[in-house]
Amino acid sequence: MTGVRRNSCDVAVIGAGMAGMAAALFAVERGLSCIQIGSGGGILFASGLLDLLAVHPVAERCLWQSPYTALDALAGEQPDHPLARVAPVSIRAAFESFVTALASAGLAYAPLGERNRSVLTSIGTVKTTYGVPVTMVAGADALDGRARCLLVDFRGLREFSAHQIAATLADRWPELRHQRIDFPGFETVPELYAVHLARALETVETRERTIALIRPLVGDARAVGLPAVLGLERSREVHAAFEAGLGVPVFEIPTMPTSVPGLRLLGALEAAVSSHGVRRRHQASVRALTYDGNMETATLDLEGVPGGERVTARAVVLATGRFSGRGLAADRGYVRESILGLPVHQPASREAWHKRDFLDPSGHAINRAGLRVDDAWRPLDTDGKPAWPRLFAVGSILAHQDWMRSKCGSGLAIATAWAAVEQVAHRLGATAAG
Amino acid sequence: MNSPSLIQTQVLIIGGGVTGTALARDLALRGVDCILVEKDDINAGASGRNHGLLHSGARYVAGDREAAMECRAEGEILKRVAAQTIQDTGGYFVAVQGDDERYIADFPSYCARSGISARAVDVATARALEPAISERTIAVFEVPDAAIDPFRLSLESMAQASSLGARLMRRSRVVGFEREGRRIRAVRVLSLGGGTEVRIEAAQVVNASGAWAREVALLADAPIAMTYSKGTLLVTHTRLAHRVVNRLRRPGNADIMMPGGTVSIVGTTSTRVDTLDDVHPTTVEADLIVEEAARMLPTLATTRFIRAYAGVRPLLGSAGAADSRAVSRGFALFDHEDQGLDNLATITGGKLTTCRLMAERAADLVCRRLGVTRPCLTATTPLPVSPECEWTAPGHSAREWIRSHRPDDTLLCECEMVPGSAVDAIYAALRSAGDTPTLTDIGLRSRVGKGACQGGFCAVRTVAHLYQRGDFQARRGLGEILDFFGERWRGQHAVLWGEQLAQAELMEALHCGLFGEELRGAKPLADPTADAADAVSR
Repeated sequence: MTGVRRNSCDVAVIGAGMAGMAAALFAVERGLSCIQIGSGGGILFASGLLDLLAVHPVAERCLWQSPYTALDALAGEQPDHPLARVAPVSIRAAFESFVTALASAGLAYAPLGERNRSVLTSIGTVKTTYGVPVTMVAGADALDGRARCLLVDFRGLREFSAHQIAATLADRWPELRHQRIDFPGFETVPELYAVHLARALETVETRERTIALIRPLVGDARAVGLPAVLGLERSREVHAAFEAGLGVPVFEIPTMPTSVPGLRLLGALEAAVSSHGVRRRHQASVRALTYDGNMETATLDLEGVPGGERVTARAVVLATGRFSGRGLAADRGYVRESILGLPVHQPASREAWHKRDFLDPSGHAINRAGLRVDDAWRPLDTDGKPAWPRLFAVGSILAHQDWMRSKCGSGLAIATAWAAVEQVAHRLGATAAG
Repeated sequence: MNSPSLIQTQVLIIGGGVTGTALARDLALRGVDCILVEKDDINAGASGRNHGLLHSGARYVAGDREAAMECRAEGEILKRVAAQTIQDTGGYFVAVQGDDERYIADFPSYCARSGISARAVDVATARALEPAISERTIAVFEVPDAAIDPFRLSLESMAQASSLGARLMRRSRVVGFEREGRRIRAVRVLSLGGGTEVRIEAAQVVNASGAWAREVALLADAPIAMTYSKGTLLVTHTRLAHRVVNRLRRPGNADIMMPGGTVSIVGTTSTRVDTLDDVHPTTVEADLIVEEAARMLPTLATTRFIRAYAGVRPLLGSAGAADSRAVSRGFALFDHEDQGLDNLATITGGKLTTCRLMAERAADLVCRRLGVTRPCLTATTPLPVSPECEWTAPGHSAREWIRSHRPDDTLLCECEMVPGSAVDAIYAALRSAGDTPTLTDIGLRSRVGKGACQGGFCAVRTVAHLYQRGDFQARRGLGEILDFFGERWRGQHAVLWGEQLAQAELMEALHCGLFGEELRGAKPLADPTADAADAVSR
């Protein structure tokens, strides 16, 4: 093994989606040294909204305004659900810690309260969510009060029609108007991409020209909504300039992935974990993972790093996600865990994986497949015992949840990362909360 | 309730598949006035759920020589008169180790006696030209198989018929026949869109409703013996062969892979079913196709599939025969005269390849009864190219988009390169026919939803486009997205593993996780203070 780089850490986090980022962040906040392996590509598909829990039980499509009341109900009825196994006090602490880190990286969220918020989507549905970026919160306020409101879109931004949103909501929100404008400097470009517009709005001149085009349209509107293109890293500055220039609250509506809020979230999380001292291996993947004989350390052989790398870790957190994240892989007959071949709780046959109706209220059984864990978040082997005393699993790879139907994706990632890292710290006897 | 309005015509055609539309064209070319009623849309049944093979006839040479010769003759005609709907790819018949060597040895002579060209191809040469073929291949013959786009064929046939005065009534279901002596005096037709009923008085009525022919004939109290055979096909993510690749053996499961533009289509199965409701591909059928076809094309064991679909073949004959493949795949024309009717005909069974001939035979009967002496022209008259029907062809919209180079013409579908102008043209054509086009109608007439995302992205963009043009109002768009995407989903769940499962998960994250489409109409139960559901609800 000459020439292979060797490094060691307290905890190796495999995965860089929401759960992996949260786990890495919480680990270093507790004074544990951390190497994080994997790219954050999945976060690109995020909307920027941080769901906690909105729907329970999914089969009854019951929406909750308080995520914490919903968590109470969930804990009573589905004690296996990963979110039911995290104490609410830990969930609050985890979210506070997470949004504080994001704010320090330039991505501010509205203060988290007891209640979910309702926000518009780009197809005119209303999404129930929990953590709302400050650039979107005026939309939730306007929707609550059905305030007189103007939606503006840009010709060429294909998946976003202000007309569609206003028409879809017309009978419930009659005071919603819509206008389409040409984006300054892009008048002859047929297809606009949100990320290009977001970059362009970071220049003062384009921003001022855009504001000048919208200003005469505002009229008696109490708020103005736009597709989420108000800057990338400097979204706070761009958003503030729009509010100052238009004289009313301005809000963004998330667009289809990959979206600008997803890029912002990815950028802020990367900045946050790096500034906390997480050593990131974002091009790497784990080729092999072995434990030493005393079960004290794990050795991770990485590929995708020039010359290779061997990481020795005292604990490992698996946050590799589901199928699109590559944490789980399915062939025609069976679902496997990709790195260690851990047993995956799953339906008996592929016939049972999916319902014939895409929107079947009870959801697809495959989405509840995943890893089963013990009370310390350690994945279980076939004999029902932890696969390794210091291997932990967090996020969407966990069984007994359907985050897409429950609207609990971010909550699942953040809460289980918090709870698992607490266990890691406990087991490593680290200087906790350092 | 007002009495239903009355429409009169010479011939009423029931069923808008390949046969019904070919019949409308045939009659229109002979100067006969006709109306075609279709309960759903063009090619909604087996006409749109087959593998798109223009048979050389070689598949049937051993078992059904008559069908083989019919296919050969009709294939040659369609290649001449409807070339725009055909990709003349040629086809291979491939035998692998373990296949019946006697059948292999006899195959060239079987083909010769049916007049079908079958040229032996050196295995190494064949594998060089079609690398997907197994290394365990022992014999290859080349035959004049081709690929045909049944949607374009039907759409263009109907377009020409309409230009000659024929009328198409989509989403119109026959609900009853009014008999008077030996005649059907009128047919009652319910418009499924508006819920209104009309009476159509026609001198002649032709039941060309494919698998539904038994139900329709029963309504007229003129039963016919027919059974149903369900066939399932799988669509690959990319095209795996240039040519049609057939298994060189007697007809069986999973013995063909068709080129379908940018994809390949693998099938089929044959399962007797008793009902036409709820026909969908199953995981068991998908596995059977993958495992069996992989013996001839090993790459199928690991390839990515994006979709499956199932159609029902109308088969003539009794329900007694155990194997659906033993029942004739030929067609039949019933004149119903021995059942006491002089102005009803039923044309059913048959194959995509023989649809023109089936229409000709039905039209001959109808014209004889009407006293019309003009001959059939469809074997010699080229099918005109209709610009609004070209959008089903893979690559066509991309070429048009690049050629026209209009700065305001944005791509709505990036997998299949469908621009807004294509959607506009299809919408306008349907509007001008008096229809209210849906997203599903546009999908049938274009490549929207046919790529890897299976509509997950492009359906949303197309709806936004239609709102922006003012074509969609109020909440209509969400329902259209659900209908369209839901329909695409029904074709996906049987092939969701590997990469396509990851893709499906992303689509669910978008449509459920972000948009919450499954919450449409949801009511808050446990948290009565919530008003979010009020905003979401329908």
